[in-house]
Amino acid sequence: MIAELGHYMLVLALGLAVLQAVFPMIGAARQDGRMMMIGQPAAYGQFIFSLAAFASLTYSYIVSDFSVAVVARNSHSLKPMLYKISGVWGNHEGSLLFWVVFLALFGALVAYFGRGLPKSLRARVLSVQAMVGVGFYLFMLITSNPFERLPNVPFEGNGLNPLLQDPGLAFHPPFLYLGYVGLSVVFSFAIAALIEGRVDPAWARWVRPWTLLAWVFLTTGIVLGSWWAYYELGWGGWWGWDPVENASFMPWLVATALLHSAIVVEKRDTLKSWTILLAIIAFSFSLLGTFIVRSGIITSVHAFATDPERGLFILMFLALVIGGSFLLFALRSDKLQAGGLFAPISRESGLVINNLFLSVAAAVVLYGTLHPLLSDALFGVKSSVGAPFFNLVFGFLMIPLVMIMGLGVHFKWKRADIKGISQRLKAITGLSLLAALMTLYVTYGGDIMPVVWMGIGIWLLLSMLQELSSRVKLGQVPLKDSLSRLKRQPRSSWGMSLGHLGFAIGLIGIVATSSWSLEQQKVMRIGESMTIGDYTLRLDDVIAVAGPNYSAVRGIITVTGKDGASFMAHPESRTYISSPMTTTEGAVETTMAGDLFIVIGDAQTSGRWGVRVYYKPMQVWLWIGSTIMVIGGLFSLSDRRYRIGSPQGKKAAGKKNTRSAAHAI
Amino acid sequence: MTKKGLKAGARKKRRMYLLLTSLAVLGLAVMLVLSALEDSIRLFYDPTEIAEKGIKPGQNFRLGGLVENDSFEAQETGGILVNKFTVTDGNETVAVIYEGLLPDLFREGQGVVAEGAMNGTGVFVATEVLAKHDENYMPKEVIDSLKKRGEWQRTEASKDDTP
Repeated sequence: MIAELGHYMLVLALGLAVLQAVFPMIGAARQDGRMMMIGQPAAYGQFIFSLAAFASLTYSYIVSDFSVAVVARNSHSLKPMLYKISGVWGNHEGSLLFWVVFLALFGALVAYFGRGLPKSLRARVLSVQAMVGVGFYLFMLITSNPFERLPNVPFEGNGLNPLLQDPGLAFHPPFLYLGYVGLSVVFSFAIAALIEGRVDPAWARWVRPWTLLAWVFLTTGIVLGSWWAYYELGWGGWWGWDPVENASFMPWLVATALLHSAIVVEKRDTLKSWTILLAIIAFSFSLLGTFIVRSGIITSVHAFATDPERGLFILMFLALVIGGSFLLFALRSDKLQAGGLFAPISRESGLVINNLFLSVAAAVVLYGTLHPLLSDALFGVKSSVGAPFFNLVFGFLMIPLVMIMGLGVHFKWKRADIKGISQRLKAITGLSLLAALMTLYVTYGGDIMPVVWMGIGIWLLLSMLQELSSRVKLGQVPLKDSLSRLKRQPRSSWGMSLGHLGFAIGLIGIVATSSWSLEQQKVMRIGESMTIGDYTLRLDDVIAVAGPNYSAVRGIITVTGKDGASFMAHPESRTYISSPMTTTEGAVETTMAGDLFIVIGDAQTSGRWGVRVYYKPMQVWLWIGSTIMVIGGLFSLSDRRYRIGSPQGKKAAGKKNTRSAAHAI
Repeated sequence: MTKKGLKAGARKKRRMYLLLTSLAVLGLAVMLVLSALEDSIRLFYDPTEIAEKGIKPGQNFRLGGLVENDSFEAQETGGILVNKFTVTDGNETVAVIYEGLLPDLFREGQGVVAEGAMNGTGVFVATEVLAKHDENYMPKEVIDSLKKRGEWQRTEASKDDTP
């Protein structure tokens, strides 16, 4: 009964989405206020109905109603409650439902917070948002109905893939989806602006918070996924350039570019067509990501159950959305007037180069991801493109990007004084060279690139710190004045500083952990020892333990460091009851200098255990750096000028028809 | 020149700078892609293709197929585990040797993809056995290969008049 109700709610939501797609668009074209007004209540209703559908599915999971096909396939009555709930989105049908709930949520948020928007713009944004929604509702109802019943009700469910029974993965997909779907709002704004034929700083001010929000969610989602892979898969890997990973990374790269180009539109009223194009590309990548993950068309280690037929539907949808929006762009982009001029060396130019490298990097990742598909389709050659390709190409493209990042923050708008800046950066450049030389000395005989990268990473970190200290005039005015200046910095500058500092810290971590990791494996009997780096491990015992829905063997290992201090590590290998599957629960000892990561497994020969140990230098810097980036994004998002109902916002809305008014703010 | 004309001229100039920079960056990227691609593409072969194509020892590639039932054995020497198993596509088989601990989801009768090269004696020496996340998941290449070989077997079987 509840499942049928959910199905019905979904159909109602589709109906409202159709209304929301059709009438506001016609109303905006005819300047018919009443028709435009339909968008708002339709958006609220659509959200409520899709949420009700989601609640019904969640209910079916909670009570373990195995007559519902997806519940029977993906749940188990013995599963802990958290994973019963996270199981709702841990599969194809449920994750799609999750998608549309977020899509409807963002539509409702635009309807609510967009009260200050020009009426026709808001109507068009809501309409485009609903069009995307209609595609997804149809997709779900036609190919993957989450409320399908089974003719024969099984006694017990199949259980969720044990690898997914983890807090990291319970929250990884929701954040990623919020990021993907957040970009749909930006896309809707871009399409609406193309139809309106007008992009101005006010438009950028409305779009930027949505981009920021999507970016924050996307970053969080990617980092959670990476963190989960790191500690759960037991291979010490946190990024493998797998197609599914790339699928989330490409929209991130474009969203990052968009974040920067929208600033130029907002502050300098230029780069408009480019920004619109980026908004379209960013959302296209989100759809492409969904297609790659869901169709199983490209071999990925992360692929769970996939279905090529569904892939075909998404591919058609993708072609329609991307083709349609590019066509619209080609027809309408000349309507957008070019704005302010800038010199070749200026903050604008810095941001243009940032955009250039980010988009080329995204294109390269796209090519590497699709190459196996192309070579199979064109030449019938089955192949895969490995991590070395991405590391080399992406790594090379990142060098100029990071350099321009470190320089660009010192640039002024319109025209920058390159001589003065290079003068100011002399000291930190010297320090970074010194750091690179020290790295060379410590790692002598190893690769040269990690040394170069370490120097660049430290230079970037110092450059960001110097920018912050010059902004508060540290050393030029009394310390107390500097501190009070620091306090008065607007939230968006804090966001910029934190975002870039976090990036620098994360970069240093990435360089260290991917260049100087150690790995050891040994088949051990109880009482035997092994060494890795400065650590000695002794396998004291292996005991059996029972969990709620698994049984496990737990290694009791004494680890002794160089200084003689020792600690215990308890890695586990779990076997789940509902599916004959083993997962590793590594024991991780984290310090700022590096992680010691211990994994135990059955060696397939009796009385012996396979122990794998990794030493990952500065791994935690990556997690700290990315967390700081996210915090930076949140700071920026809370900046005054984006605040809802602030006087500025109302003023912008009141004088919506005059471009000069938008300039004045 | 009028102010407007001046502005338009500057805009044109800016556009040219932008175009040139973009082309330079794009050119750099294409060059990088082409040079990196050569070394990092791993071709995928199933056991039949290995038998047919006569792949040179030492050439790296990916091997995929099913782990043949009752073919797996592991031996430990000096703390290092040496795994031996056979990969089949239902038509040809290849012996595989891998030193180290296998991923959790490695099972006889299930699909596997391994990276490595042939040695001189017709044995595939794997440097990596790729992990997967789902016990039911079968890499697309392996499915394609099995389908292809399965078809081949069926036609062969009908010729022989055996089920």
